[in-house]
Amino acid sequence: MTAHAIELAANPRAPAGNPMLPVPYRVERVRRETYDTFTLEMVPAQAPGLAAFLPGQFNMLYAFGAGEVPISISGDPNDCPILLHTIRAVGAVTKALCALKRGDMIGLRGPFGSGWPVKQAVDQDVVILAGGIGLAPLRPALYHLLHDRRKYRRISLLYGARTPEDILYLRELERWRGQFDLEIDVTVDRGGAGWRGNVGVVTTLLPRATFDPAGTIAMLCGPEVMMRFCVLDLRKCGVPPQRIFVSVERNMQCGTGFCGHCQYGPAFICKDGPVFSFDRVEPIFGKAEV
Amino acid sequence: MEAGEQFILEAARLGELLSALAHQGYEVIGPSIRDGAIVYEPVHTVDDLPRGWTDEQGPGYYRLRRRDDDALFGFNVGPHSWKKFLYPASHRLFTATCQQNGTQGAFRIVEEVPSRQPRYAFLGVRACELHAIAILDKVLASPNYTDPDYKRLRESTFLVAVNCTQAGATCFCASMGTGPGADSGYDLVLTELLEGSHRFVVRAGSSRGADVLAALTTRVASAEERELASSQLDHAAAHMGRQLDTGGLQALLYRSYDHPHWEAIAQRCLSCANCTLVCPTCFCTTIEDVTDLSGDHAERWRRWDSCFTTAFSYLHGGSVRSSTKARYRQWMVHKLAAWIDQFDESGCVGCGRCIAWCPAGIDITAEARALREAQAAGAHAP
Repeated sequence: MTAHAIELAANPRAPAGNPMLPVPYRVERVRRETYDTFTLEMVPAQAPGLAAFLPGQFNMLYAFGAGEVPISISGDPNDCPILLHTIRAVGAVTKALCALKRGDMIGLRGPFGSGWPVKQAVDQDVVILAGGIGLAPLRPALYHLLHDRRKYRRISLLYGARTPEDILYLRELERWRGQFDLEIDVTVDRGGAGWRGNVGVVTTLLPRATFDPAGTIAMLCGPEVMMRFCVLDLRKCGVPPQRIFVSVERNMQCGTGFCGHCQYGPAFICKDGPVFSFDRVEPIFGKAEV
Repeated sequence: MEAGEQFILEAARLGELLSALAHQGYEVIGPSIRDGAIVYEPVHTVDDLPRGWTDEQGPGYYRLRRRDDDALFGFNVGPHSWKKFLYPASHRLFTATCQQNGTQGAFRIVEEVPSRQPRYAFLGVRACELHAIAILDKVLASPNYTDPDYKRLRESTFLVAVNCTQAGATCFCASMGTGPGADSGYDLVLTELLEGSHRFVVRAGSSRGADVLAALTTRVASAEERELASSQLDHAAAHMGRQLDTGGLQALLYRSYDHPHWEAIAQRCLSCANCTLVCPTCFCTTIEDVTDLSGDHAERWRRWDSCFTTAFSYLHGGSVRSSTKARYRQWMVHKLAAWIDQFDESGCVGCGRCIAWCPAGIDITAEARALREAQAAGAHAP
């Protein structure tokens, strides 16, 4: 192993059976989150459905005939067997998923990948930095932290969206803000006429958050450029790279390391990631076209 | 018969091996000439083999030539590799049927169960190819992640290896530690001897190999014959057409992500994907979901894919590796460096196919050397 190599961890939670075969689920509810983003709530069409998931893991969602896409799980890990996926309708498959109605069938494979370090965060301050739809894969971690609130010290969620209309889970954010047991700060890149909140990139929220850098676990999800600047600022604050966790995205088609598409240096994002501690990806993070 | 004992099978009796394998229910696949190349296809008799032919190879160059003897395995490797049978280029994973007139309402997924489950016997597997199959085993049949179709085919496949008694101009298995002699992973291994009578030294590497060997008309190999076979392997090892210095290569490649030499390669690379298709270890595939015109019937297919296409790294908004430079870098760094982190050994077995079948004649050994020399020169610069 060289200094430039990313250390790979075996994922003991590989799904059993034929991993390429979708398991039928039924759509229970379709919730419109923003103008282009919606959440599917699904239950297994027949028992037992997929195995329990870790916050940060993803499933492959199959829309009949249209194709399959990897989507992070965005619901509460304790709500098994209900699965929530928040999806932006941007391509052929996500648009087909968007057209689903209550009672429709969907095929799911998973759960795949590594999760957020919720165990490592016990007795630590937790800083969560989310950009845009990057909040969706972090929501299960938030549910988990709030479910076991006593185990963690200060929790901060710093969230940046493009515009006020892009803010995800608005009502939930408002409710959590009223709970006094976590700090939530939101900023937008462009505010409209009615916006009186923060304007600017998500890193501008960091100086206002209270955390002990040496005793903090940071979880980051959003565009790569956003995470790059968040990492820079967190490290300036004194948070060591092995305490900063990023969720990396690449083309994924199988979820089991067979198709090869998600390779990121020596890592297969689908089984070694998508969540990596920053020290493991530092040599290639932010490099063009890796 | 003792384990590892060597026998002599006269070339005229090689047909007995094909019959014995067929008798045990194996579909024998071996080298055969088609379209001016030696490819792997079903073989039924010894006459299907490329008797008296050899291949001349070089960067972007492959030609068949007549030999002046009747050698049956007097060539190296062609454009096909055994992955074509173990991990077919296109494979249907499932079919799905809509149950409510074309809406997405309800559908049923039916797993693909092959109507015919072939049991292959591969005849003429070279040492580098045995290593390539062992590498595919690690990728596709690890304890945590197993492709069920691959595992089934692989377990039922009988491997007849053939030692290389001559090295091709694009061969570098000696550098990769994968040849020219087969060390393990075979059921039977043959070494073709042409001096004196045309015969094969045969050794079993498994109990099912020993069973097949017992059914053949053989005699125990003499010390001279064993010595002759072994000296021919030494000769092949000493006459490799190419060399790849693997010392520190992994770290060297990881250090080279930003090196300008990738751009120099990209000036020649057509990103045609030939190297990945002929490579015996390249395993990348794509998933295609398709429907028929009625929209009631859907299928999922797995097809070979290549990191040299722009679609390979497509993410919403565009391809991550849009330049040829980035795609060649991904292929070579994966093959020679990242593979070691992923699967504990190099992904390259030194077969030289990517050199011969590159239309631009790009030579992975030469490019690795160029990167090494460029870095050494950089290190010594003031």
